[in-house]
Amino acid sequence: MSDSSIDVKYVANLARLDLNEEEIQDFTKQLNDIISFVKQLERVNTTNIEPTSHANAVVDVIREDKLRNGMGSDAALKNAPDQNNQQFKVTRVVE
Amino acid sequence: MSSSVGSLTISQLKEAYLKGSLSPTDAVSELINEIEARDSDIRAYISIDKESALESAKNADISKPLGGIPIAIKDLINVEGQNCSCASQILKNSYTSTYDATAIYKLKSNGAIPLGRVNMDEFAMGSSTENSGFHITKNPWDLSRIPGGSSGGSAACVANDTAIASLGSDTGGSIRQPASFCGVVGLKPSYGTVSRYGLVAFASSLDQIGPITKSSKDAALLLSAISGKDSLDSTSIDNHDKDLLSKLDGNISGMKIGMPKEYFTDGIDSEVLKCVNNAIKNLQDLGAEIIEISLPHTEYAISTYYIIATAEASANLARFDAVRYGNRSPDPENIIDHYIKSRSEGFGPEVKRRIILGTYVLSSGYNDAYYVKAQKVRTLIRNDFKNAFDKVDAIISPTAPTPAFKIGQMSKDPLEMYLADIFTIAANLSGICGISTPCGFVDTSDGKSIPVGLQILGPPMKESSILRIADAYEQSTDWLSIKPYR
Repeated sequence: MSDSSIDVKYVANLARLDLNEEEIQDFTKQLNDIISFVKQLERVNTTNIEPTSHANAVVDVIREDKLRNGMGSDAALKNAPDQNNQQFKVTRVVE
Repeated sequence: MSSSVGSLTISQLKEAYLKGSLSPTDAVSELINEIEARDSDIRAYISIDKESALESAKNADISKPLGGIPIAIKDLINVEGQNCSCASQILKNSYTSTYDATAIYKLKSNGAIPLGRVNMDEFAMGSSTENSGFHITKNPWDLSRIPGGSSGGSAACVANDTAIASLGSDTGGSIRQPASFCGVVGLKPSYGTVSRYGLVAFASSLDQIGPITKSSKDAALLLSAISGKDSLDSTSIDNHDKDLLSKLDGNISGMKIGMPKEYFTDGIDSEVLKCVNNAIKNLQDLGAEIIEISLPHTEYAISTYYIIATAEASANLARFDAVRYGNRSPDPENIIDHYIKSRSEGFGPEVKRRIILGTYVLSSGYNDAYYVKAQKVRTLIRNDFKNAFDKVDAIISPTAPTPAFKIGQMSKDPLEMYLADIFTIAANLSGICGISTPCGFVDTSDGKSIPVGLQILGPPMKESSILRIADAYEQSTDWLSIKPYR
């Protein structure tokens, strides 16, 4: 594992979060403490150990290929912050 | 007070209905009055949908297993027509569920009435309910203390007799730990037992819905109602026993119960240890055989958990983009600004912290070192339990190393708070089941008496074993009859 400390501002932007100066300071210290702690895992020998991604390994859960009703556009749009023409309206994407 | 509707168990309320001494309408309206009169100090509830609850009570079919029984719901489970906000400002008054979670659908099919949405740590991230985006919930036993979390509201309302029973969710101990801190029973089913459809996801490979109740018998009744394989959750499993209650026969003679030597170390508060040791003697008197076992990778469980849980959370919480639901920041400059402002204004500090940590451990160059490494250690932790359950039927420990802590005591140091999850998180990593039931009280320096919880873990799909042990223990003690109020 790398010994570089976390660049909180950079990672926050990846997650589409903006932090103020105080948050950056607090989070940098707190997250570096947590990251130094979790580096203890380096000590564990995991040679030839398979990763577990789920408690129950489920493979290929399939259902019958039959048409099912969805919730419908009225219900889907019910919570939309903004909408137009039966569609979600968002901030301009293309300049 | 002992005759209040809120003080009844599910079984007692059912009996009152069947005898005709109480009607669902009277019970629900009386319970609403009791909540209004007695929740103002504790603040377990976020909202109560009175009209729909009373309407359901009017039409209740008391011949069904949970006919007319009101159940409080943690604020991250979808109930059609109700505001599901996950105690977050990003969803406050801006997301009304358009469907029922499968657990709610099943509750309703069994006759139960969802009554009230209860407080939690925002998006279930926390161990104290202090991270709620709305308000702090207090521990009914001592108002200067936290009720635990993240299902703090679910546990506090049951302890305060402002609910018959509730649903919570458990990703790393979020049902068992608050149940322990509030002196009630909390059950985390084996992974997949209860469908996660309609449960707002925190960490999908760890999350489970489960009951918080006034007895293990009630927990059995509720679990029988909500469990079962569901085509809407492909990770759900066929672990449904429609009559779990009948398995609770009080007989635990000859059952083998393991004490993990790695759990019983210096880290446990001495008063908590005393209560747990007394409970162990009690179980021996009931005929159980106590065996020392080893879970060698225990010391790595917290690191493993906080890497996997935050990684999954960072992916799950990407959906809060203020496009389809949620509070949108006004007048963003462009689409990226729209995402950034809406998310930054809507999420609280602990949620941001975990999203950032999760994004970091998944980011290019770190993924193998942190996330994949943690998944491999998860395998070792799971194997520890598999090996242990070859020798024993159940594993016993304190639910938490200390009783409920003071409000504000740990809020400045997230790592310290994470470390307190040591006994509960391995169950989620391994997919096994666990229950917390009260095993005594600790006197505080300021003259209060606060509860301690005993955790019983069982192999996957062996809810009947841990419920039977917990119930037998409850029958031999009277901890559950002690109330936080006079």
